[in-house]
Amino acid sequence: MRIFDPHVHMTSRTTDDYEAMAASGVRAIVEPAFWLGQPRTSVDSFVDYFNGLLGWERFRASQFGISHHCAIGLNPKEANDDRLREEVLAILPRYLAKDGVVAVGEIGFDSMTAGEEAALEAQLALALEHDLPVLVHTPHRDKLAGTRRTLEIVADSGVPPELVVVDHNNELTVAEVVESGCWAGFTIYPFTKMDEHRFVRVAEEFGTERILVNSAADWGISDPLKVSKTANAMLDAGFSDDEIDRVVWRNPVEFFGHSGRLMLDEPDADRAATFEGNSVLRGERPAG
Amino acid sequence: MIPHDTGHLWSSVRERASADGIRWLKETSEAVNLNPGAIAAAFPAVGREVGRMTLDPLADPDDPHAWRLDDAGRALLLVAIGDRAGEEIGELYRHGDANERRGVLRALPLLPVGDSAVPLVKDAIRTNDTNLIVAALGPYAIERLDDAALAQAVLKCVFVGVRISPLDGLEDRTTPEMARMLADYAHERIAAERDVPAEVWPVIERFPPEEEIEAIFSELDHPIAARRHAAERALRDSHLLRSRDANI
Repeated sequence: MRIFDPHVHMTSRTTDDYEAMAASGVRAIVEPAFWLGQPRTSVDSFVDYFNGLLGWERFRASQFGISHHCAIGLNPKEANDDRLREEVLAILPRYLAKDGVVAVGEIGFDSMTAGEEAALEAQLALALEHDLPVLVHTPHRDKLAGTRRTLEIVADSGVPPELVVVDHNNELTVAEVVESGCWAGFTIYPFTKMDEHRFVRVAEEFGTERILVNSAADWGISDPLKVSKTANAMLDAGFSDDEIDRVVWRNPVEFFGHSGRLMLDEPDADRAATFEGNSVLRGERPAG
Repeated sequence: MIPHDTGHLWSSVRERASADGIRWLKETSEAVNLNPGAIAAAFPAVGREVGRMTLDPLADPDDPHAWRLDDAGRALLLVAIGDRAGEEIGELYRHGDANERRGVLRALPLLPVGDSAVPLVKDAIRTNDTNLIVAALGPYAIERLDDAALAQAVLKCVFVGVRISPLDGLEDRTTPEMARMLADYAHERIAAERDVPAEVWPVIERFPPEEEIEAIFSELDHPIAARRHAAERALRDSHLLRSRDANI
C-alpha cells in the first residue's frame, strides 16, 4: 500500500517514526508549518523554522525514502501576537516561492479573534497570488461555529474551493464542508478529533471524493501510523483497494498537485501526466 | 565532474536541459544582470524551470558530489549579476532551502566575492546535511579554510559517509594533523569492530603518524577475535602492512 500523509509535523518526531512510517507504506508527506507548543517571540525563529522545514527535515525524510513537502504559513495561535503577525506575513512571499512548498498552511481559527481573522484573510490572498492550495485548520473549541465562519471567509476570498482543504473535521462539520466544495480533511488521533472507526462510518456516508486522511502527528499524543491504520479499518469494513488507494494516495496527490511542486520519487506514470509541472526527482524526463 | 568556468557550465546546461529551460535561464540571466534584486524570486524557481538532472548522465542522482542542472542554473544566475553577487548571496543563503544553499555554495569559485563567503561555507559544514557539506567543500573552501578547519571538515565527511576522494585539491592541502586524525578514526573503527572506508588510507599514508599506526597494528594481535579481524580487513586496503613487512 502506498500512503501519502497530507498533514504530519515530523519536526516533532524521531527517526524511529520515519522508519515505522516507511515500513507502513508512507512514501510522501506534507508538513504544515504550525506552532511548537511554546510561543515564539521573534520573526527570526520563524525564519529558522521555515528553513528547517525546507532543509533539514526534507533531508531527514529522504534518508527513509520519504518525499517531504511542506505548507508554509502563520498559524492561528501565534497570529494573535500583533507585532509577530505583521513581521511573519511580510516574509511569507519569499517562502511561498520555494520548491516543495505545496500549500499555504496551516492557517485558520483557534479562538476566533480579530488577529486570527486578519491573518487568515491575508494568507488566503497570498495563496491566490502564488496559485497555491490552502490547508485550513479548524478550532478545537466551538468547532462548528468556527468551521462555518472559516467557510464564509474562504468563499469571500476568491480562492476556488477545490484548492482548499478544511481540516480536522468531525461528524458535525463534514456535511457543510463537503457542501461548500472544499476538500474535507480528517485527523485521526488516538483519543481526540476522530478515530479510524468513526472515519469509516463517515466515508460510508459521504464517499471518498475530496476526502483527505492524516495523522497530524506532532509533539502531543498522536500516532504517525494512523493513516495506515485507517486504511486497514477501511479494508476490514469492505472498502476496495482502489477506494483506499484513492483516499490515502491519489486524493492528496490530486489536491497538492495543484501547486505544480510535488516531488515524488516513484511517480505513477498516469498521475505524472495528469499533474504536469510537478517535478519528479528521480524519473525526470531527459531533454530533447 | 566539477565545472570550472562559466563556458563549461553553459555547455553542460545546453546538453542536458530542455529548450524551454535553456530559454528561461538565458532570459532570466539577462533580467538579473539588469536588476540584481530580481534574483530573489528567480533563485527558488531554477529547479522547476531548468530541471534537476545530474549534468553527468552517468552520475548517481543520489551522489551529493554530482553537479545537477539546478546547481548549474543557480551558479549562472549568480555569475550574471556580476559584482553585485557579494551583496546578494548572504540573503539568498539565509532564506534558501537546501537546494538553493547548495546552489550558492557551488557557485562560489566563479564569483567575485573574495573571502567574504567563508562564513557561509563554515555554516554549511556545521550542518549534518551531506548535500550541503559536499557543496561547501568545493575549490573555494579548499583554497581558503585554514588547516584545522579543513581537517575537521574532511574528518566530518568520513564520519557521515561522504566520499573524500572527489574533493578537488585536497591532496595539496593534506597535513600531518589531518593524517593523524584519520588514523585515530581508523583505530576507533577497528576497536569498535567496524569497517574502515578505504579512501582514508591515501591521506594517512601521505604523512604516516607513527604512534597511531602502531596502535592500529597492535589490533592485529588483540585478544578479541572480532577486533583482530576488523584490523585485518581495514589494513588490506592500505599499503602500510606491505611496506612494514618489506622493512622487517
